[in-house]
Amino acid sequence: MNDSVVRVRDLRLRRGERTILAGVSFDVVRGGLVALMGPSGSGKTTILRAIAALERFDAGTITIESLTLTGGIPSPALLKQLRRHVGLVFQFHHLFEHLPALKNVTLAPVHAGGMSVADAERRARDLLAALGVEHREHALPRELSGGEAQRVAIARALAVDPPLLMMDEPTASLDPARRSELGELLRGLVKQGRTILVSTHDDEFAREWATQVLRVSGGRVI
Amino acid sequence: MLAAAGVLAAAAVSARPADPPREIRWAGDPEGGAPYVEADPADPGRLVGFDVEIADLIARGLKRTPRFVLITFSSIDQSVARGDAEIGLSGIEDTTARRTTMAPTIPYYEFREVLTVRTADTARYRTLADLAGRRVGTLGGTIAYEILVRAQKDHRIQPVSYDDDVHPFSDLSLGRLDAVLLDNVLAERRRRSMTGLVVQQESIAVGHYVGILDQRNAPLRDAIDDIFRRAMRDGTFERIFRKWNVWNDDQPALYSRLLAGEPVPPVVGMVGAADVATLSRWQATRLYVPGLLTAAVVTIVLSCLSMTLAVGLGVLIASGRVYGTGLLRAALTSYVELMRGTPILLQLFVIYYGLAAAIRLPAFLAALLGLALNYAAYESEIYRGALEAVPVGQLEAARTLGLTERQVLTLVRGPQAFRLALAPMTNDFVALLKDSSLVSVLTVMELTKQTQIFATNLGSWVIPGTLCAALYLAMSLPLAAFARRLEQRWKPQPR
Repeated sequence: MNDSVVRVRDLRLRRGERTILAGVSFDVVRGGLVALMGPSGSGKTTILRAIAALERFDAGTITIESLTLTGGIPSPALLKQLRRHVGLVFQFHHLFEHLPALKNVTLAPVHAGGMSVADAERRARDLLAALGVEHREHALPRELSGGEAQRVAIARALAVDPPLLMMDEPTASLDPARRSELGELLRGLVKQGRTILVSTHDDEFAREWATQVLRVSGGRVI
Repeated sequence: MLAAAGVLAAAAVSARPADPPREIRWAGDPEGGAPYVEADPADPGRLVGFDVEIADLIARGLKRTPRFVLITFSSIDQSVARGDAEIGLSGIEDTTARRTTMAPTIPYYEFREVLTVRTADTARYRTLADLAGRRVGTLGGTIAYEILVRAQKDHRIQPVSYDDDVHPFSDLSLGRLDAVLLDNVLAERRRRSMTGLVVQQESIAVGHYVGILDQRNAPLRDAIDDIFRRAMRDGTFERIFRKWNVWNDDQPALYSRLLAGEPVPPVVGMVGAADVATLSRWQATRLYVPGLLTAAVVTIVLSCLSMTLAVGLGVLIASGRVYGTGLLRAALTSYVELMRGTPILLQLFVIYYGLAAAIRLPAFLAALLGLALNYAAYESEIYRGALEAVPVGQLEAARTLGLTERQVLTLVRGPQAFRLALAPMTNDFVALLKDSSLVSVLTVMELTKQTQIFATNLGSWVIPGTLCAALYLAMSLPLAAFARRLEQRWKPQPR
């Protein structure tokens, strides 16, 4: 228990009459590749968004390392620290459409992390190379394939070096071969000491690659 | 039913051949006010003034009923030429241009062009030569304006053109002008109603008021000339002008010359170049092209500066409406609705004349501010729409990477919104370029105003209108092409 990167306790959220989360509790162990499994609409994405402080919740707590989120608006100082600990790759990537791949990756290290442009570009090129898309560094997001865009989005999230990387439905638009490549990639990241939390409804992917599977149903982790 | 009956009745009336007209339509502009034409203070539905009485005199002489047609002063010539009225009467000056292109009546009143100055300047500014380097205002498209344009060359006077005869005097009082050159009828009227002004005794030139008709109506003009001669002989004119306190010794002298058949030149005392209307079209065009080019420069400079300011303000307003508190959003929304919901002309008047008691803005600055404040409202709506069109997912992605809200705006949202807004912005710039013609009401001599003066002096819109359109197109077509290129370059690409 003491080696958990994330501890979620009794997380609750209602939208109007609809209960989205009905007391979600779970831990994410350090160095694991944890899969949040569940059908569409079960609340997986909402949980990831709540951990990333993009979603308010009604009750419960989320603790990431030593940082604790409650339902209220987090302070700017808390948010700043949280962003250093948690990276999120969105299902639809949300790359910055006006910037080429390399600039998508260097934007945050330069402007939020205070890194020099040269250092940020060096690191971004290393990440793009490790993810197999170094040849696309000058391409705009609209010129990338779905798989390439996902890899650039992963590089962008890793560029700020968060200990916890979350991915929302990473296999949703991948064919089986690409899914395996992604699994290998995530396993490699875990070997480097990173903790990964993915939401997915892809049972096969979760069984093959996850070190821990959490099932979400009816707004709870069962 | 009533409308149908009216149409049938009208058709029946028009079917009868050679029915003599029962009305005489006369065009005038009551904005000029007394003693020419004005709404009766006791009965605003009724018109009074010496031109109203002259119209009645003409109608009686012709055994017709006078019918007033309201036409803006500067458009009376064109309206009469296109048949909106048979005669124009509103203190209309006799000029060579009108004698060339219209059928003016014989003069019915002689006036003097005089300088009005502030009381403190009575001894200082007596002649045009005394006003070297100074701003002198007058009504655009008049003999007085033509005199000032010539004095610009001879005495380095800065002529300032107005669309009405009230604001030159109020601007003189406020210190925006150093003198006003207008006819003695107008000058005396304003001197009586405003304090601190003096009308100089020396006359700069002598001119005459006439009625103007289309050249096709020369027989009617001749009939009216006969009515005028009778009114000169039997004292009717004297009675009318005495009633309106504008009778003086100049009038009997004028009437004597006219009744003796002596020629009366349109203007006496205007020295310098020949009247534009006496020049060939080519010579007149060459004379006015430098002025048109200068006015085009004013138009483009004013438009560029106004647009720059409008873009800056528009960005601030849009940012406030997207990111601001409820109170700020409500205030900015009210501003946008106010500017979009009221005419830009009204806004220009308020900024230049309405605020004059508190702050006396120079005309160019007031025009720049007026256009910028108005267009900022429209620009802000474009930017607000563009900011809101940037996908929320990208903003959330930027936030999860640790960018502050300001960085999200300046590094992610703003640049993408700018690309979305650039093409509509360029279209707005083209619109502003054309709307800049409205600032002539604030005495800024831009392209349309200069063209109007050229056309009035030439007595035709064909050449001035063509040149003006060509200059506007030369400025706007490259912008439109630029907008199309940007649209092509940055339109959303299919994935």
